[in-house]
Amino acid sequence: MSTKKATATKVPAEGKDGLKEQAKQFYTTMYRIRRFEEEVFEFYKRGLMPGLAHLYLGEEAVATGAIACMRDDDYVGSTHRGHGHMVARGADLNRMMAEILGKKTGYSKGKGGSMHIMDMSKGFLGANGIVGGGIAIATGAAYSAKLRGTDQVALSFFGDSAANEGTFHESLNMAAAWDLPCVYVIENNLYGISVDIRRVTREHDLYKRAAAYGMPGVAVDGNDVFAVRDVVQKAVDDARAGKGPTLVECKTYRWQGHHVGDPAVYRDPEELAEWKAREPLVVLEQKKLLTAKEIAEIKASVDAEIAAACKFAEESEYPDAAEAYADVFVD
Amino acid sequence: MRELMVRDAILEALDEEMARDSSVYLMGEDIGVIGGNFKCTVGLKDKYGDLRCKDSPISEAGIVGMGVGAALTGMRPVVELMFADFLMVAADGLFNQMAKITYMSGGQCNVPMVVRMPLGGGRSSAAQHSQSIHAWACHIPGVKVVVPSTAGECKGLLKTAIRDNNPVMFFEHKMLYTTKFNDVPDLGEDICIPFGKARIVTEGTDITVVTNSRMTIYAEKAAENLRKEGIKAEVIDLRTLVPLDTETIINSVKKTGKLLIVDEGHISYGVTGEIAARVMPDVFYYLDAPIERMGTADVPLPFSPALEFPLIPDDKKIADKIKAMV
Repeated sequence: MSTKKATATKVPAEGKDGLKEQAKQFYTTMYRIRRFEEEVFEFYKRGLMPGLAHLYLGEEAVATGAIACMRDDDYVGSTHRGHGHMVARGADLNRMMAEILGKKTGYSKGKGGSMHIMDMSKGFLGANGIVGGGIAIATGAAYSAKLRGTDQVALSFFGDSAANEGTFHESLNMAAAWDLPCVYVIENNLYGISVDIRRVTREHDLYKRAAAYGMPGVAVDGNDVFAVRDVVQKAVDDARAGKGPTLVECKTYRWQGHHVGDPAVYRDPEELAEWKAREPLVVLEQKKLLTAKEIAEIKASVDAEIAAACKFAEESEYPDAAEAYADVFVD
Repeated sequence: MRELMVRDAILEALDEEMARDSSVYLMGEDIGVIGGNFKCTVGLKDKYGDLRCKDSPISEAGIVGMGVGAALTGMRPVVELMFADFLMVAADGLFNQMAKITYMSGGQCNVPMVVRMPLGGGRSSAAQHSQSIHAWACHIPGVKVVVPSTAGECKGLLKTAIRDNNPVMFFEHKMLYTTKFNDVPDLGEDICIPFGKARIVTEGTDITVVTNSRMTIYAEKAAENLRKEGIKAEVIDLRTLVPLDTETIINSVKKTGKLLIVDEGHISYGVTGEIAARVMPDVFYYLDAPIERMGTADVPLPFSPALEFPLIPDDKKIADKIKAMV
């Protein structure tokens, strides 16, 4: 089993035109996540969003690069910080924003909110309010694919802190033992709420844990969307070919606190500044694959989508109180 | 009707459902090669293959969570926990995930999943292998809860559980696995017992005894013995706690005027108190005596039979209680 650290970003295999098209798609998706999350934050500050939300700002390259490797019939398991995954999966932004505002037009008719956002029509198995809760669920989807004899793959996103939950160990152990078609993607943003992972673990390179399960483990620059795509594509191809699971550690950083109400006083502002200097959109811009005009066009188009989603959500009605009693059981 | 041990009736239900529906699969500790700690899955690995009767590592949280993922994606998992006590290890998967995902998704998905596990004391298994904690499951909205009694009941209710489109927690009684009952339908008869419809085990006019699981067997025996003394107790086996058939209880109490509720869970904050409160508005004016209840004393289950047995209701204690009430 190879347990190695990926080094330089591989030059993507596409031809020049294909590369530009891919860069456009990546930029569009990452900017869409960025703008979506900024508007969620605005709704919170304006007092229009009930509860809290965990923003994906700064981690856009992970969801974008990883989900680009998935087929439409594959499965994606998510976390409490799930908006980015769902946007990257192509979810309906109107219904997403409406759900986050608790409106009847939302994905869950206002019953899930930010932390339980879900789109089963896209194989999106749900954000999850329990750290590590989604890992076993995604692993079960992989077991299901194996039982049904399909070549579907399940991708499980989770954070560095979830890697210290029991479900991480139990799931990876079984997935490796039984060659399940599952790809595990750690979004290592260094902090579990306020606690720096370097204070609560001895080995900070979490991908090395793969060796203990007998599966490949790879670390990658989580702010470089092409690098994430390359590593995850290999893992997905292996899983689809029956070669079993891979653990991918994406090194990244969240810009905001744990949630919208967390000022993140526990972090050194210099650390944040360093990560912001090489944030996902900047890293992609520096590859010089897109012109300033192309970027401006993408931004204008996405800004309009997001504005429409915000308008839809804000103008939507709240659910009737009776809705609370529906969907506990199905027939 | 045929006479079968409970464990063989459960095996038949699993076998028939696996044969009928290829989306049904089993996962649990020691269920494959040796056919289960209580021998409810003997032969199924050979018949349906390793993937569909999967010996898991000792990872309760993992196998329950995986069951949820498989149920969301087209399968009907039947997960076995070796003892009900171990559900605490898997509690997040059961109660935060399995029970709630349908609701949290606004009905976009459902979780057709069964978790089987044995409850109950009487085997000198001490405090971590003897509990009757089915009330825990009842407290969380989104889970159906089955507490079957006889072999025929176990078979018919398990078949219904597997076909249900919702999560079902199925609590078998570990002391009944090797008990024979002559109430199993003939092979080839596809009998599913509906949820939410209690069974009147013994008819009577003097007192209503509402119960479930092994306590049904004890209550039936108590009622039989008391009949010789001229006391006619009506015994009701609830079958399922969620959904709960209050109508059958209420109608019976209107006839008898007295209600005793017996459940093997700890007496406090449990099934018996809930049922009493639930039926009270409908039976209050029909009662000739206060509602009484019996359960396991509020102490951890001890090891020695000398200590354990006195804590758990049995036929003798139920008979004494009935006599004191009528």
